[in-house]
Amino acid sequence: MTKTLSPETATTPAPASGRRQPIRFARFRDLALVPAIIVLIIIGAIVSPTFLTIGNLTDVLQQQSALALLVLAEAMILIAGKFDLSLESTIGFAPVLAIALVVPATDQAHGLGTEWPQWMAIPLCLLIGAAIGGLNGLLILKFQLSAFIVTLGMLITVRGLHVGVSGGSSLFQLPPSFMYLGFEKWGGLAASVWIALIAFVIGIIVLSYFRQGRSLYAIGGNVDAAKAAGIRTNAVVWTVLVLGGVLAALAGILETGRLGAIGANMGEGMIFTVFAAAVIGGISLNGGKGTLFGALCGVLMLGLIQNLLTLMSVDGHWFGAINGVIILIALVLSRLTTGKAQE
Amino acid sequence: MMSAQAQPAAGVRLAAVARDVTKRFGRTVALDDVGIEIRDGESHALVGRNGAGKSTLVSILTGLQAADSGEVSFFGEPAPALSDREAWRRNVACVYQRSTIMPALSVAENLFINRQGKGLISWPKLRRQANELLESFGVDVDVTKPASDLTVEQRQLVEIARALSVGAKFIILDEPTAQLDGPAIERLFDRLRALQDNGIAFMFISHHLEEIYEVCQTVTVFRDARHILTAPVAELGRAELVDAMTGEPGGLSVPGAADRPDVGEDSEVALSVENLTGDSFRDVTLRVRKGEVIGLAGSASSGKHQLAETVYGLRKASAGTIRVSGEKLKPGSVLDALRHGIGCVPRDRHHQGLVLGLSVAENAAMTVMNRLGPAGLVAPGRLAQVGRTAIESYDIVTSGAGQPVSDLSGGNQQKVVMARALAGDPDVLVLINPTAGVDVKSKESLLGVVDRVARAGTAVIVVSDELDDLRVCDRVLVMFHGQVAAQFGRDWSEQELVASIEGVTE
Repeated sequence: MTKTLSPETATTPAPASGRRQPIRFARFRDLALVPAIIVLIIIGAIVSPTFLTIGNLTDVLQQQSALALLVLAEAMILIAGKFDLSLESTIGFAPVLAIALVVPATDQAHGLGTEWPQWMAIPLCLLIGAAIGGLNGLLILKFQLSAFIVTLGMLITVRGLHVGVSGGSSLFQLPPSFMYLGFEKWGGLAASVWIALIAFVIGIIVLSYFRQGRSLYAIGGNVDAAKAAGIRTNAVVWTVLVLGGVLAALAGILETGRLGAIGANMGEGMIFTVFAAAVIGGISLNGGKGTLFGALCGVLMLGLIQNLLTLMSVDGHWFGAINGVIILIALVLSRLTTGKAQE
Repeated sequence: MMSAQAQPAAGVRLAAVARDVTKRFGRTVALDDVGIEIRDGESHALVGRNGAGKSTLVSILTGLQAADSGEVSFFGEPAPALSDREAWRRNVACVYQRSTIMPALSVAENLFINRQGKGLISWPKLRRQANELLESFGVDVDVTKPASDLTVEQRQLVEIARALSVGAKFIILDEPTAQLDGPAIERLFDRLRALQDNGIAFMFISHHLEEIYEVCQTVTVFRDARHILTAPVAELGRAELVDAMTGEPGGLSVPGAADRPDVGEDSEVALSVENLTGDSFRDVTLRVRKGEVIGLAGSASSGKHQLAETVYGLRKASAGTIRVSGEKLKPGSVLDALRHGIGCVPRDRHHQGLVLGLSVAENAAMTVMNRLGPAGLVAPGRLAQVGRTAIESYDIVTSGAGQPVSDLSGGNQQKVVMARALAGDPDVLVLINPTAGVDVKSKESLLGVVDRVARAGTAVIVVSDELDDLRVCDRVLVMFHGQVAAQFGRDWSEQELVASIEGVTE
């Protein structure tokens, strides 16, 4: 094995055993954003005394937990070589419809009059997310339509349903289960943070160490080769799209609970941040490349930047512009640190 | 070095010259002080194993990359600046293995892309010009059709016609015959000879040495980024040529079927195909016994690829049955084929064989991912083990099991595909063009594997036109228009086999 080392790999410090080396190299690429995150933390500590407090950092994490779940969903879908824009509508519509089905049809509550038991709110919400993902899958895989345009259409449709069901107003009367997940702390950290974290840990393990997870990379890298290797590509992609819908619905529950209400525009414009975080984190838009850990780093980085801007009391009117510029800068930086062309 | 670069006779014009060219990529030397001289009107073969530096020389001769040192000239004039694409196009054109045709645009527009004329585009005029151009070239296609409708043969002709119409008098053909069948290759060669008579010079790259003897006058051999020799084809024997390419005397040592013990009638039938009908073939019945190697030959339209792909489940049969060890397979299911112990090297490694971004180990283990741990767990240790075993058993040159296959040479990539096919210890192995586009050493190695697994009792089907691939077969079935037209034992002769493939009956 050692005699076949090529000149390039031979220059890296010799690992204890030759076969460990590729894995270490892959990890190194994964960690590309970690220095940037550390730099952000140092800057934060310098510019604001409140930045490094436990309270502030846990706040950052809680604010990012819904976004993190969306990025998790999108990252898996992108790795499998597909797209889902409709996630940003699912995050609002799934909780709205679920709540409307369980609350009374009064003027304040905006229920649909079904008044199903309150405990059904969360299962219903997740089921709605799954249904949207499943419908996307049907159109993309069975009817062989472009994922981009299907999910764009779905984005608009689902957003419209959201406005229709809620009558364009915000819902304040939430089922207790939503409030619990939004406010409860488990071991000092918000429940939503734990849920996002656990979802990521499971995702990272499955995508690294399970056949089902690895098949996403094979499908995204070369779908014909994956088919020829006996992978049931349509079933896998469909599962990922359904899972993406479920994760978006879960994100909707956490976000609704955290804010204590659902606005008629919840999630609007969020998909751009989701894509930015995924790409900054090293996920390729062409499929087959990137890791969930990298995507998580992308989320954390964007969250820290936003928090810094708030702490530096930047005028809120300029937030959008600054955020956009920072995303562009982060893309350039991650391009430089990973050294690979982004697609 | 065995000989100096050939000295051109005084008075012969040189169409293209590269002298003392060196090119490095990082620490890798891709070309080490090499040279080539292509005379006006000659067909000059450039051969060498994968990684010898052929592609780098092509990109330098076509102005896609600059050499680190050395000079390039065309018809006595120094090569234009790298940025002056127009000037390069007037000097040289290259027909790559991968098409440079835009599939959605019409043939006419492809011919005149970016030179549609000044101002508004006149479509009728463009079509007329395209028709005239193709007519003068003797190509009969409808220029209004999208280029994606062209056959491989027509596509190549359109590319050559386009190059000539720009004014290029030197054309590089990179493995032009790889995807053509016998008659199409003959037609291409006839055309090349006619163009040569009109003063067009060719550089011809091929792994198929017979073609070089058929169509080229001079051959240059590169090995490990160096120029090894340049000689008139007529003065160089096949063995010498192979020696120059491999750097080892002895030539190609492909295992022959005759070296294996006979597979008796009492050997169990591993694969039986009964009255199978599907895309481009009908009513095919064949049996392969354990340890037997069957060759499937025939022209590109014979249906042999489709038959093999149907056996592996990549295509669905419309009628008939496929059985492995007596058990019937579900039609059109690769998964079922794998479960019953069929392994396959698909037709094109880039298309169906490999996921280029993934590692050697993951590609090799892709068909057996469900066997590396409980509940779909892929234990990293087991995965690396599959990778290491593949590297050792199939002689894959790589820096390790974790290296992405995109970094490997073509021959080594093909070995990874072979590893993938064999990872599940299949009872039946289906190989489609197993040695297409690989160098001589890799070919030996791959065919050695076929011999090895056959001795161990695997039933093998080899789908190929390459006579070298068929030597390893106990029986060769020749398909013609979707049916088995002839069958040969181990003692086939080249003439009768080729005649049968081309549909020539006595």
